Formats: sequence, C-alpha cells, structure tokens
Amino acid sequence: MTMSFGQEADFIVASYAVTAFIVAALIAWIVLDYSAQRRILGDLEERGVTRRSQRAGKEGR
Amino acid sequence: MSAFVSLLKRDMRLAVRVGGGALMGAFFFLIVVVMVPFAMGPDLNLLSRIGPAILWIGALLASLLALDRLFATDHEDGSLDLLMMGGMPLELVVAAKAIAHWLSTGLPLVLITPLLALMLNVELRAMGPLMLTLTVGTPALTFIGLVGAALSVALRRGGLLLAVLVLPLTVPVLIFGVAAANAAIVGPTPFGPPFTILCGLSLMSLVVGPVAAAAALRHGLE
Amino acid sequence: MPPGTRLIKKPPMAIIDLANPTRFLALVNRVLPWLVAATVLLFAIGLVRAVHAPDDYQQGATVKIMYLHVPAAWLGMMAWGIMSVAAFGTLVWRHPLADVAGKAAAPIGAAFTLICLVTGSLWGRPTWGTYWVWDARLTSMLVLFLLYLGVMALYWTAEDPGRGSRAAAILSLVGAVNLPIIKFSVDWWNTLHQGSSIFRPGGSAIAPSILIPLLIMAVAFTLLFVTLHLAAMRNEILRRRVRTMRLMQAQELAEAHP
Repeated sequence: MTMSFGQEADFIVASYAVTAFIVAALIAWIVLDYSAQRRILGDLEERGVTRRSQRAGKEGR
Repeated sequence: MSAFVSLLKRDMRLAVRVGGGALMGAFFFLIVVVMVPFAMGPDLNLLSRIGPAILWIGALLASLLALDRLFATDHEDGSLDLLMMGGMPLELVVAAKAIAHWLSTGLPLVLITPLLALMLNVELRAMGPLMLTLTVGTPALTFIGLVGAALSVALRRGGLLLAVLVLPLTVPVLIFGVAAANAAIVGPTPFGPPFTILCGLSLMSLVVGPVAAAAALRHGLE
Repeated sequence: MPPGTRLIKKPPMAIIDLANPTRFLALVNRVLPWLVAATVLLFAIGLVRAVHAPDDYQQGATVKIMYLHVPAAWLGMMAWGIMSVAAFGTLVWRHPLADVAGKAAAPIGAAFTLICLVTGSLWGRPTWGTYWVWDARLTSMLVLFLLYLGVMALYWTAEDPGRGSRAAAILSLVGAVNLPIIKFSVDWWNTLHQGSSIFRPGGSAIAPSILIPLLIMAVAFTLLFVTLHLAAMRNEILRRRVRTMRLMQAQELAEAHP
C-alpha cells in the first residue's frame, strides 16, 4: 500500500506526531501523578497518619 | 442611594489623592503611545492607519494597570471586609467603586486622547468618533476588569494574574472599539453597527461585571 | 417489621453515591480499564479508516489533518462546557466533587485546544501558504486557549485550594458567557479584515467516506477525554487527601510539642 502525498506528507505526519506527543505527555502526567500520590499516601499511612473518616471507621466497629 | 454616592465620592477622593493613580494612568497611556513610533518608525501614513488601534491598546493596558488598585488597597486595610458586611448589596458596592475608578482613571485617558492622536497623525475629523468610542468602551474595560480584580485580590497574586484573566475577555470590546474608530476614519464600513455593538457590550458589562465581581469577592473572602 | 425498614433496595450505584469521594474512587478504579480498552479500540478503527479515506478534491491529502483538528476543537469546547457545569456544582449546589471535576478538566481541555491550534497551523501551511492565519475559528480557539491558561492559573496558584476552585469556577462561568460573544466578535472582525479569502478547515460539504472516519475519530477522542478526565479526577482526590493528612500530621506535631 503506497501512500504518496508528496510535499504535503510532511505536514500530515507532523500533525499526527504533534498530536501523539501532546496526548502522550498528558497521559504521562496523569499516570506519573497517580503513582506519586499513591506513594505519598502509602508513606503517610505507614507513619501512622490517618484521616478522620478512617479513624471514625475504626472506632465505630 | 446616598450610601452609593458617598462610597463613590470616597473612592474618587482616594484615587485623586493617593499616589496620583489617576494621573499615573494617563502618563502610562502617553508613554505607551509614544513608544510605538520608536518601534515602527516615523512614517506618518503608517501611523495614521494604525493610530486608533494603538490608542485602544494603550487605553486597555493603562486600565489594566490601574485595576490592580481597585480592591487591593481596601483589602489590605480591612475596609473591604467592612464594605462586605455593610448594608449595601455587594453588587452596588462594587459598581460604585467601578464607576469611581472609571471617572478617575478612564476619563483622563479619554481626555488626553486628542493630544496623542495628533502625535499619531490621526485626522482631525476622526477625533470625535475616536473619543466617543473610547468614552463608551473604557467603562466596558473597567467593568470587565472588575471581575479579574475581584478574583485576584482574593488570591493575593496581583497584577500579572489579573492581566492574564482579563485580557481575553476584553477581546470583543477591543475589536468593536477599533472597528468603530477606524470606520470613522477610513470607513468603507459605516460607523453605526460596530459602535452600537460596542454600546451593547458596555451595557452588558455594567451588569455582568458587578455581579461576577461580587460573587468572586464573596466566595474568595469567605 | 420495625418502622423505617427499607422495603425497596437502593440501586447499587445511585448518583448520590458519586458525591462520596471514596465511592467515586472505587467506581473509577472499576471503570477505567474498560474505558482505556474502548479508547484504544476506537482509535485503532478510526486511524485505519482515516488512512484509507479518500483525498479531498480541493485540498488533497492534507484533509487527513482534519481527523485530528476537528475533534480536538469539539473537545476543547466541550471541556469548557464541563467546567461550566462543574462551576454550577461548586458555587450553587455545593457538590463535593464538582470542583475536582472542574480542575481536572482544565488541563485536558487546554491540551486539546492546543492540538487544535497546532494542527490548524500545520493544515494552513500547505493549503494556504502561511503557518498562522487569523481566520475566525483559529483565532477564537486561540482566545479560548488563553482563557484556559487563566483558569489553570487560578486553580494551581492559589494557596488555598478551596478558594482557588471557587475563583476558577466563577471565571469558568464568566468565560462561558463570554465565549459566544468572543466567537461572534472574532467572526465579525475576520469578515471585516479578510475580504474574499476564506480559510475553511471544515471544507465544503463533507462526503460520507470522509465523514464516517471523522465521526469515529470524534468518538475515539471523546472516550480519550472521559478516560483522562476520570483519571485526573482520581489524582486530584488523592492529592487532596495527601494535603489533608499532611495538615493533620503538622497539627499533631504542633500539639505534641507545644
């Protein structure tokens, strides 16, 4: 399957590349942010800091 | 009604007195407009073609600078809290401050426009329409800027945030203000339609501005 | 039976449950893998269809950029709509997750608006000769992008997230009211200054062989948005938990060592 777009090919490819890059950056930010927050929460919970609702849950049992 | 008027007078007295905020705006306007020929060259034909645009942008930037003062000083010394707790509806408080702000800052801009227009080689017959568009349009700039000022006073981030928030919202005013001014000078297009739309935008901002600004103050400072 | 016993079972996931951040997180964790799969699938189908779609008789193969540009534009606008609804939720109904939804939507909407601007520019170059054209649609998108930056500034620079959210909510609503006006004024300005040359990324009437891939890509992009938005909302909820816990930790330390 040959697709010859000629000169226009550069712009088409560039468009798809830039879109892919921006989407990838967005995904990367969200994924990295998620693991960072999870890690920090894990740290804090290990150190014994709990949220009020968690405490209430434990006491309520 | 008298509370409204006294707040208005108070704000005007403060603006005219403290730090010359009124004159400072006009000076900044002057300087910005003078800078443009330095950047573009003294070609009078070119300058006269873009004259109205330069004047409008100068007015926009000068208004923006002065807006910072609108709530900040009152917020710092606590009088903003007093005004919010007082009997007058916050929307009217904000409107009174905005009117005072325009009278002390916007109006001087309009008044020195003929001088600046001369420097930009704007034709004499265009002065009238030009000043008219600025007279109608600068209140819109003040009242739209009101929202940005209210949002940024609550966040204590100051001037640049205010500009970032406000400038996109002023695009319609700028478009129709310059279009009306140009129509009077070059004009294949008649002056009427863009000027009417400009009036409409100003009237709308007289309502939307105080409402949104009051909401911003209430939510931001609660 | 004791009075007050519920005879009717509550539906498993009532809307009201979505107000609870913990339940919301559980829902997102369940739904997200499916959304990711659906998004990937739709993009695969859409891209294949886009590649095989015929060229536009006027613009040649560059019309293929439209499959990115148009959905990005729709999503850029839709995200602001979501932010406006979220703003209502924050200011009027006081829904607990409303400001989370608004804050999460802003960067995603801004990213899609940016995609729209860049692809529009790259589309303009071979078609009309310049990288940037001040045509009505691109210019409106540019102003929208600036408004996004403003909202994001409010969300992310506020010291107190609650205040920042409320300020951003107000700006979202003011922006929503202004967007039709801005669009109208930019259209007007453009016809005034453009004269006869018309830059129409949408092109003339769209043939079905081009329209269907476009719709598929639009659905794919929408699924992408929903996936990213839910994931971002999850992150924001976790971020706020971290903040709360850190504040409590600081308070405990302060109490322990007076």
